[in-house]
Amino acid sequence: MPILNMVETINLALKQEMKKDKKMIVLGEDVGRNGGVFRTTDGLQKLFGEERVVDTPLSEIGIVGSAIGMAVNGLHPVAEIQFSGFLYSPFDQIISHAGRMRTRSKGRFSCPLVIRCPYGGGIRGLELHCESPEAILSHTPGIKVVVPSRPYDAKGLLISAIRDPDPVIFFEPMRIYRAIKEEVPEKEYTIPLGKASIVKEGTDLTVISWGAMMRYTQEALAKTDYKAEIIDLRTISPLDTETIVNSVKKTGRCLIVHEAAKTCGLAAEIIAQINERALLHLEAPVERVTGFDVPYPLYKLEGHYLPDEKRILRAVERVMKF
Amino acid sequence: MSKKVVANFKVEYWQILDANGNVIVGARHAMPLPMPRLSPDQIKELYELMLLTRTFDEKAFHLQRQGRIGTYLPVRGQEASQVGTAYALDKNDWVLPSGRDIGVCITRKLPLHMILQYRGGDERGVRVPEGLNIFPFTIPSSTHIPHCTGVAWASKLQRQKAVTMGYFGDGATSRGDFHEGLNFAGVYKVPVVFVCENNGYAISLPRAKQTAAETIAQRAFAYGFEGIQVDGNDVFAVYSAAKYAVEKARKGKGPTLIECVTYRMADHSTADDASRYRSQKEVAKWAKRDPIDRLGKYMRKNKLLSDKSKKALMEKIKEKVDKAVEEYEKIAPPQPEDLFKYTYAQMPEKLQEQMKELLGE
Repeated sequence: MPILNMVETINLALKQEMKKDKKMIVLGEDVGRNGGVFRTTDGLQKLFGEERVVDTPLSEIGIVGSAIGMAVNGLHPVAEIQFSGFLYSPFDQIISHAGRMRTRSKGRFSCPLVIRCPYGGGIRGLELHCESPEAILSHTPGIKVVVPSRPYDAKGLLISAIRDPDPVIFFEPMRIYRAIKEEVPEKEYTIPLGKASIVKEGTDLTVISWGAMMRYTQEALAKTDYKAEIIDLRTISPLDTETIVNSVKKTGRCLIVHEAAKTCGLAAEIIAQINERALLHLEAPVERVTGFDVPYPLYKLEGHYLPDEKRILRAVERVMKF
Repeated sequence: MSKKVVANFKVEYWQILDANGNVIVGARHAMPLPMPRLSPDQIKELYELMLLTRTFDEKAFHLQRQGRIGTYLPVRGQEASQVGTAYALDKNDWVLPSGRDIGVCITRKLPLHMILQYRGGDERGVRVPEGLNIFPFTIPSSTHIPHCTGVAWASKLQRQKAVTMGYFGDGATSRGDFHEGLNFAGVYKVPVVFVCENNGYAISLPRAKQTAAETIAQRAFAYGFEGIQVDGNDVFAVYSAAKYAVEKARKGKGPTLIECVTYRMADHSTADDASRYRSQKEVAKWAKRDPIDRLGKYMRKNKLLSDKSKKALMEKIKEKVDKAVEEYEKIAPPQPEDLFKYTYAQMPEKLQEQMKELLGE
């Protein structure tokens, strides 16, 4: 079995799906000749031609807006938005149209579209290259939001996203694009959207995270003696409430770690779900370690912004010793 | 040291009928613009579609005043721009209408009662019947412009012959979506026709304050394709420009922007009062250029319309509209489950729970 990083598995998934699905189109800035600024689309244009792997103008509304039109008219576009901060300009297209197409046509039209987008911080990036807007998009009806945390999942989730009949925003954590390598089957496989994964079973507390934070959360937890049950959400919307609630009922304690800002971050929704469904099982208030409610900083300060081992371990102690 | 001209463009204005319904004999230096190839029956059909649009429009306005439908955006004055462009399309072509494009949808055969149903707050009205390639009305003024490009692009890539026609107003051309949508259309040379109904106003803002450019049509040249300005109240000129652009698109020769210079005779919407920002004198001036009167005068001069045939036509149209109202008012309101049913292909668990909460289960 080949040992691949996330960039390579995404590339493999795109190639395999394009070979299979003649209606699939890849479009975005620098995705063709250059193979993408992170090389996720490397070699695709050579294999499938300029009509199906399209280098677009620098125009995010153009990319997402025309992809919506394509999706309604029979194609399966997989658009790339080069960095997550550039996703803000086509938000209107995503919120006003991609997410509403099925509803506003009462099922006559749908929008089977994937928007892939490098995401998150920790890469000494430029301003607006390190955003984590998953909660804003989860608040938007009609779309699905996916964040893989490892190469194996990236492949299976991306193939599911491409085959999904609804619009999917697929966030790729840049910080672990190449940092994790693992065995990934050559042949295609899917991982269902909307299903979290229990990465490690445990009984003392439930720890929930996703994306690049999974790795750092796991590394921090390895330094404690607590038996944590670690959940990787994988899909942010729709949320796998069942897996979360079952785990919290078992452990009675919960910590959520995410990179995005705190206020109205996804942890807030997870806590609300736990309160609604497992309040009387709780032994301690649910804790969260998140980014701060400030704009994502340039890199001299990003180490302070991102949840780190120290903050995670302190929160674990608070949850356990309450 | 030298300088030279590196780009050149000219914007044409197309007109065939004058305000009195006479075919204009071109001035000495003008370029000739032939009458479009339309049979007497087709001319009668154009007239009927315009008159049907107006009659429906008047009825819809009254229904809103009586609380029988919700907010409505009147068409009055823009019938030639809407009907004349849509009439140039074939059955499988796509249209993406803006909120005011009732005449487009009538021409494309969207059942009248469905338009009322939509305006009556029931989204099932834009569950466009299979076989009709009409997008639901787009309410934000310009966000569907890139979709037009995408729909046309998909037709091109799938080797289909369909052409896409997208509609928007003068105000929409100030938004970024217009720029990004038209730029993509030019780059990928997709079979699309952009129709800007320049009706003089974006609610209260007059066209002159919308852009410093002399015409909207000229913006097309910056995207590498042709822009044409037409007398939007002259259905022959509008149809000629649309037919030309549609045929060009179908032959793979790329997009066109058609600017129909017309006038919004009514308020922006049933919630607006245009007397706050424009003069009666201006409105009266445009009333003399009415698109339906103009075609009617031409038809009378050419023995295609008489008092008798007009009366019979009005009766037929009135009956059609009354029947549509009757049909609309017979439709039972949507079920509460409808709130949830179309958000995703498969209803996620959270929506199933929320639906149960609503239904009190």
